[in-house]
Amino acid sequence: MKEILEGSHAVAEATRLCRPEVIAAYPITPQTHIVEALAQMVADCRLQSEYICVESEFSALSACLGASAAGSRTYSATTSQGLALMFEVCFNVAGMRLPIVMTIANRAMSAPLSIWNDQQDSIALRDSGWIQLYAEDNQEALDLHILAYRVCEDHDILLPAFVCFDGFILTHTYEPVDMPTQEEVDAYLPAFNPYQRLDAKDPISFGMYATPDYYLEFRYENQRAMLRAKDAISKYGALFGEQFGRDYSGLIEGYKLEDAEIALIAMGSICGTIKDAIDEMRADGKKVGLLKIRCYRPFPDEEIASALSHIKTVAVLDKNISLGSKGAVALEVKDALYGSSIDVYDYILGLGGRDIRKKDIKAIVDLAEKGSGDMFYGLREELL
Amino acid sequence: MGFFLRELRIHGRGGQGSVTAAELIAVAAFQGGVYAQAFPAFGVERRGAPVQAFVRFSNEKIRLRSQVYEPDYIIVQDSTLIADINVFAGMKAGGIAIINTEKAGKYSAPEGVSIITIDATKIALEEIGLPITNTALMGAFAAATGEIEFSALENALKERFEGKLATTNIKASQRAYEMIKGGSA
Repeated sequence: MKEILEGSHAVAEATRLCRPEVIAAYPITPQTHIVEALAQMVADCRLQSEYICVESEFSALSACLGASAAGSRTYSATTSQGLALMFEVCFNVAGMRLPIVMTIANRAMSAPLSIWNDQQDSIALRDSGWIQLYAEDNQEALDLHILAYRVCEDHDILLPAFVCFDGFILTHTYEPVDMPTQEEVDAYLPAFNPYQRLDAKDPISFGMYATPDYYLEFRYENQRAMLRAKDAISKYGALFGEQFGRDYSGLIEGYKLEDAEIALIAMGSICGTIKDAIDEMRADGKKVGLLKIRCYRPFPDEEIASALSHIKTVAVLDKNISLGSKGAVALEVKDALYGSSIDVYDYILGLGGRDIRKKDIKAIVDLAEKGSGDMFYGLREELL
Repeated sequence: MGFFLRELRIHGRGGQGSVTAAELIAVAAFQGGVYAQAFPAFGVERRGAPVQAFVRFSNEKIRLRSQVYEPDYIIVQDSTLIADINVFAGMKAGGIAIINTEKAGKYSAPEGVSIITIDATKIALEEIGLPITNTALMGAFAAATGEIEFSALENALKERFEGKLATTNIKASQRAYEMIKGGSA
């Protein structure tokens, strides 16, 4: 049923529909409304779940780790500095192959302190072994949580996932979403069936010590599972489409890309603004299209190369910067297109909540056409 | 009906309920069958500091995520803001500005913008007993723009507030609505 509500509450409702048995989270702006809403649902008995109040994000994810290892479907949510405090536990969760789903309400990293949006936080965890999905709007944010549990808990995958949606820009926005019913979600997402679990009667260990004779193989298996996740996301994304009418079979999504000469590449809520700018540029005769990356980990390199085979120029819009190098998305797009004759330009923009307008998107297309790129876009020169 | 996308920018001070106003106007618009999007200008809100909130209305799904720079409508919850901020910035010709003030002044609005003044503070004090003007201004917005139906606004207020708070806020909203409809603001 279509209803209008805040993005954070849409995600909290989606989480409730996934029936997590254990939730542990620590409130932090702009994630707070999600975990407040879930705590209220547990208090009101709308959600049968163990809600563990913890003293930090490190504890939040540690509690989830233990609960997941014991065989529970587990959920957390965080952002920015909170995610940074989870750094160590993130690697442990992925290495122990625990299918935890965690919402990231994307926010800039300190210092200087910023509560506003960019995607530096989740990007900084790109090597941790978590699947990373990025939502363009609140419908997609809601849906990707349901999809993420289905993918992560598949015994061929057994990986954790971040569902990333832009802090404030989506978390605090009221807009209509189609909320599935409990019956519909139950039909799509079966109860968690752990591959193995901690059991005092039949003891096993997770994440134990691996000597140099074993460690390399553990990492290799982790990488293989991550690469298998591409097919799993496509399969369960297509199944999602059959059941809910919204297809997520693609790790990437094109918008007016088929006949485009210039392609913009981006992730998250900026894709909506880009689509509106593309419609206006198309009306002016410019052949511009968008390649939206929905799944950043595993990275859809072959999918991107094949979708862009006819393109001359690519402009990557990065809401992050790998300091000392480039934007993290552009780096991997360049890798995916290695050997092709496509010009790839990187634009770092929107950091720390700097607003991005349609005219900015058009200005970036103009820059790319002139062969000017690999830059911070929108700098206030008077401050430098 | 052809494609439309109309935008509202609300100027207020922290504590006056600008974000709530944006949310409830969007809820009322959605009940009326249009796509609506409401969001705050994300600041570190403090009581009394200038704040903004935005609403978009369209007959198609709204994809645009930037703040509102060229509004069709503005609501100014506190006319003392006008001295410090260009609340009319970017307003389109044919636009409507709704200003809460005791006494209408001279405003430097762009040409073609209609100005509607209303003493929403007086209404709020008399009906609610608090100088929280957002619900009265929502009523004025419904009457002045036709963007939302009063009945939808009433439903949105009933969903958000309980008991006496709902009753008094609906009364404040209705009084402002009728004043603007009757042209006696």
